[in-house]
Amino acid sequence: MSAPRTLFDKIWQSHVVDVRDDGTCLLYIDRHLVHEVTSPQAFEGLRAAGRKVRRPDATLAVADHNVPTSDRSKGIDDPESALQIDTLTANCAEFGVELYSMTDPRQGIVHIIGPEQGFTQPGTTIVCGDSHTSTHGAFGSLAFGIGTSEVEHVLATQTLIQRPAKNMRVTVDGALGPGVTAKDMILAIIGTIGTAGGTGHVIEYAGEAIRSLSMEGRMTVCNMSIEAGARAGLIAPDEKTFAYLKGRALSPKAGAWEQAVAYWQTLPADPGAVYDKEVLLRGAEIPPVVTWGTSPEDVVPITGRVPGPNEAHDDGKAKAMTRSLEYMGLEAGMAVTDIKIDKVFIGSCTNGRIEDLRVAAAVAKGRTVAPGVYAMVVPGSGLVKHQAEEEGLDRIFIAAGFDWREPGCSMCLAMNADKLKPGERCASTSNRNFEGRQGPGGRTHLVSPGMAAAAAIKGRFADVREFV
Amino acid sequence: MQKFTTLSGVAAPLPHVNIDTDRIIPARFLKTIKRTGLGANLFNDIRFNADGIEKPEFILNQAAYRKAQVLVTGENFGCGSSREHAPWALLDFGIRCVIAPSFADIFYNNCFKNGVLPIRLPQAQIDQLMEDARRGANAVLTIDLVAQEITRPDGGKIHFDVEPFRKHCLLNGLDDIGLTLEKRPAIDRFEASQASRQPWLFGQAKA
Repeated sequence: MSAPRTLFDKIWQSHVVDVRDDGTCLLYIDRHLVHEVTSPQAFEGLRAAGRKVRRPDATLAVADHNVPTSDRSKGIDDPESALQIDTLTANCAEFGVELYSMTDPRQGIVHIIGPEQGFTQPGTTIVCGDSHTSTHGAFGSLAFGIGTSEVEHVLATQTLIQRPAKNMRVTVDGALGPGVTAKDMILAIIGTIGTAGGTGHVIEYAGEAIRSLSMEGRMTVCNMSIEAGARAGLIAPDEKTFAYLKGRALSPKAGAWEQAVAYWQTLPADPGAVYDKEVLLRGAEIPPVVTWGTSPEDVVPITGRVPGPNEAHDDGKAKAMTRSLEYMGLEAGMAVTDIKIDKVFIGSCTNGRIEDLRVAAAVAKGRTVAPGVYAMVVPGSGLVKHQAEEEGLDRIFIAAGFDWREPGCSMCLAMNADKLKPGERCASTSNRNFEGRQGPGGRTHLVSPGMAAAAAIKGRFADVREFV
Repeated sequence: MQKFTTLSGVAAPLPHVNIDTDRIIPARFLKTIKRTGLGANLFNDIRFNADGIEKPEFILNQAAYRKAQVLVTGENFGCGSSREHAPWALLDFGIRCVIAPSFADIFYNNCFKNGVLPIRLPQAQIDQLMEDARRGANAVLTIDLVAQEITRPDGGKIHFDVEPFRKHCLLNGLDDIGLTLEKRPAIDRFEASQASRQPWLFGQAKA
């Protein structure tokens, strides 16, 4: 009998086309998502070499990074953004790739539409020229971000040249406390293992707290695997996974469905499978958290204080902390709840799904955004927006003074018109608090959707548990 | 792809940890459909003030380092997004080798696709090279990929590791796609068997 295998081992081994002497593999790719920012040079490369897209049927494109979140009937003001989107449209037409255009009701952030359409499926390999491709690992698919040269490689050959990653398991035991969400859990994990804690590894998330999450919550966790340095995140598929996928536009149809589920049920790790690295957290010990610095590992509880360089483990970290505090305009030792904010961003591939909007709306309901604060809600896709409107969430947000926008990546990375001004401070449900990420000089604090809504109401960070 | 065999050039010290790809090339400069021209905005927000004037304290703005070809830096370099614009910007500026204790996976991989050599070394050796790099115009390092050796300004040598296949591709400037297409029969066979085992994954991207 062969050795017990992890979920990662099973997916990897079932996709190896060829192995070179030094262990480098040629890996088959089942699903390829494409967006406007990292694909133009790849299509240009194909054109220059006279190559075709090998499997248009396994490729799906959408414009998301550059799209305006205001009225789109007027087009795009920024000529560079417009050119990138027009280039995607032309490339998809030329190479026969399905594209959800800016005005398609299914348009949205690439990592939201994949699952939503059933394009994302267990046991598959999924790539996209975007690091948050790890999101799709929530379905038990091996999903990871690639560079543009690799986008071209996949378009031309449906394969990638890869070396196997190591196995890491992060187990979160027990139940989460009230008001604590998947976002707090993944930030707590990154705070524990650090932004390079998963480098060279694929992280499988396990334990009761993970199993108890909805598919939306699982996507939030896997989404930020890259912020822990991991190549990908994975969660074993189960009945929740199958229930989410059943009946979606691109899910296996009747007949094939039973065959697919039977295969998917073989994917979870075998008993006794060995991981190269193991980390354990207790769900009950995770509080609602806020990041204070310019790295996603700079995590503190909402009830905590901003740390200082004297708490750093080494010189390099101490210097980085001093620099972060200066950039963020914070004093070591101040209470997190004393930090005032200027803007609130609710959205992104991390937290732009229906469940996120429901949690934020529950906090906003019957309350008002603090004077001087601008708060925006950007649904992750046209379908999320439509569902939220069916449920009346838009009216709750608008009544509370939030701006209700069109779907896209928006102020997660400020490639469109949505951005922070220098020195502005934002409570953001996105994934990166890097310097200038939301606009040059902007200051980003990462939080859950409920915490972002609570900050909008109070005008400073507040404990969401006081609102629910 | 440009070959990488040996390189002799000025090394610039950038002694920070966790330099992310947004710092290497901020997202607002990704609105291009070309691979070239990104060097003008390399490290934009730490290199220039908001008015576009150079920050004199930034290392690559100092006379001795304006033509640096090597970067010596801290752990987890290139973390964050998958943007290949990061190595494109480095290359366009003229940097062909980055030496650090560790790199983020996607950035590391992207470098090799563009003729940029990322070298991982233990912190103690990084500390030595960081000192070398502080010598301004005399901070010349020679990187010999064939011998897998860095020669320091004082003539001392440091060995580095690189995976054989990546080394082979870099030394010969090989196009990955061309190499993979030599395996087309194997891809065809794999695809046919995948289609019989999981037929639901074929022919349905269009709903």
